[in-house]
Amino acid sequence: MKTIRNWLLGAGLVAVAPLALAAETGFTLETVDPEADRLALQEFYQKRFPGVPVEEYVNGIYAVDPPSREQWDALMEFPPYEFDLEEGKVLFETPFANGKTYADCFENGGIGIRHKYPYWNKEEGTVKTLEQEINECREANGEEPLRWKKGAIAQISAYMAWTSRGKTFDIEIPEDDPRALQAYLDGKQFFYAKRGQLNLSCANCHLQGSRVLIRADLPGPMLGQPTHFPVYRSKWGEIGTLHRRYEGCHRDSRSVPLPPQSEEFRKLEYFQTYMSNGLVVNGPGARK
Amino acid sequence: MRRLTALICVATAVTAVSGPVAAASQEEMIELGRAVYHDKTRGNCISCHNINDPVANLPGNQGPMMVAMKQRYPDKRKLRAQVWDATVANPLSIMPPIGKHWILSEEEIDAVVEYIYQY
Repeated sequence: MKTIRNWLLGAGLVAVAPLALAAETGFTLETVDPEADRLALQEFYQKRFPGVPVEEYVNGIYAVDPPSREQWDALMEFPPYEFDLEEGKVLFETPFANGKTYADCFENGGIGIRHKYPYWNKEEGTVKTLEQEINECREANGEEPLRWKKGAIAQISAYMAWTSRGKTFDIEIPEDDPRALQAYLDGKQFFYAKRGQLNLSCANCHLQGSRVLIRADLPGPMLGQPTHFPVYRSKWGEIGTLHRRYEGCHRDSRSVPLPPQSEEFRKLEYFQTYMSNGLVVNGPGARK
Repeated sequence: MRRLTALICVATAVTAVSGPVAAASQEEMIELGRAVYHDKTRGNCISCHNINDPVANLPGNQGPMMVAMKQRYPDKRKLRAQVWDATVANPLSIMPPIGKHWILSEEEIDAVVEYIYQY
């Protein structure tokens, strides 16, 4: 009898567990649980847009809005980033003045590694992004760093993303260094905090407001947002980095942008990319 | 003495100029409110709130449509307070605090309230 009762109790707990996991876990180091946050976000979108598979979210607004998807499919017949990819490959393979190349700076020669970025660097005690390491590689080899937002850095990053297409994002928050969890938490707070004259948070538009019209624009869902960067944006008429987009978002909400690759932006990228764990790399992307 | 006369003249002129502005007619208020509501660089209210006005162009739907305003806000002052700072009622609201953050002037807020209160 006791056995049966224990068994039933156990089964009950197992049944309850997914629900408990799906709750969002708040803003303190004691309560925050990144994995539960990630599952809660997926559940939020499955309720919001029933029938859209989680894997589809790498396509942003085109995953959840069929009319926009139709226009995008037409655009993607000749993806506008193709010239940048070619240029990125050339830049990536061209040796520096000292004869070394980018391949010498990265794991696996820089091929197929995009899904591991950004990551927590324990030695430096900070979040490292792919663009940051591209420039560090240049400087270590006696070259001038590239400008952060567009041009060569976006092209090289695009090529590196391309070689990683289909790999699953696997951002780790190492448990042996509490500063990593703090960085995730800071990124999460940034995402939900209101800022600027218009008093908007990222979440206002990209969580609550996903696929709700702001004039003629439909904000994309937060899930899957960083997977396709760098991105060729028709509005820019060129390719640009994630931090360039962050800056634009700040301007649109009448908030003073932080500099690209600032600590705050890197933590935001860490949080956002962690939330997209389990989705595949599909960069570079094309967006309106 | 001459200086004093000049001063009085200037003061009179200022009063004469500022007087009529304060006493804008109801139609003028509504016209100003309408302009502010639909102008992208001013209120840009249309980016989130649809309204049944022929000039409405590409209305958004982040916020509710401007209908039945008198039923929803029997007290017009409550409507004005909501425009001035919607975060009092809901801190997570996407609606920018129009008055609190100096997005529009107090006069423009009055005008927008008059304009939407007709619907």
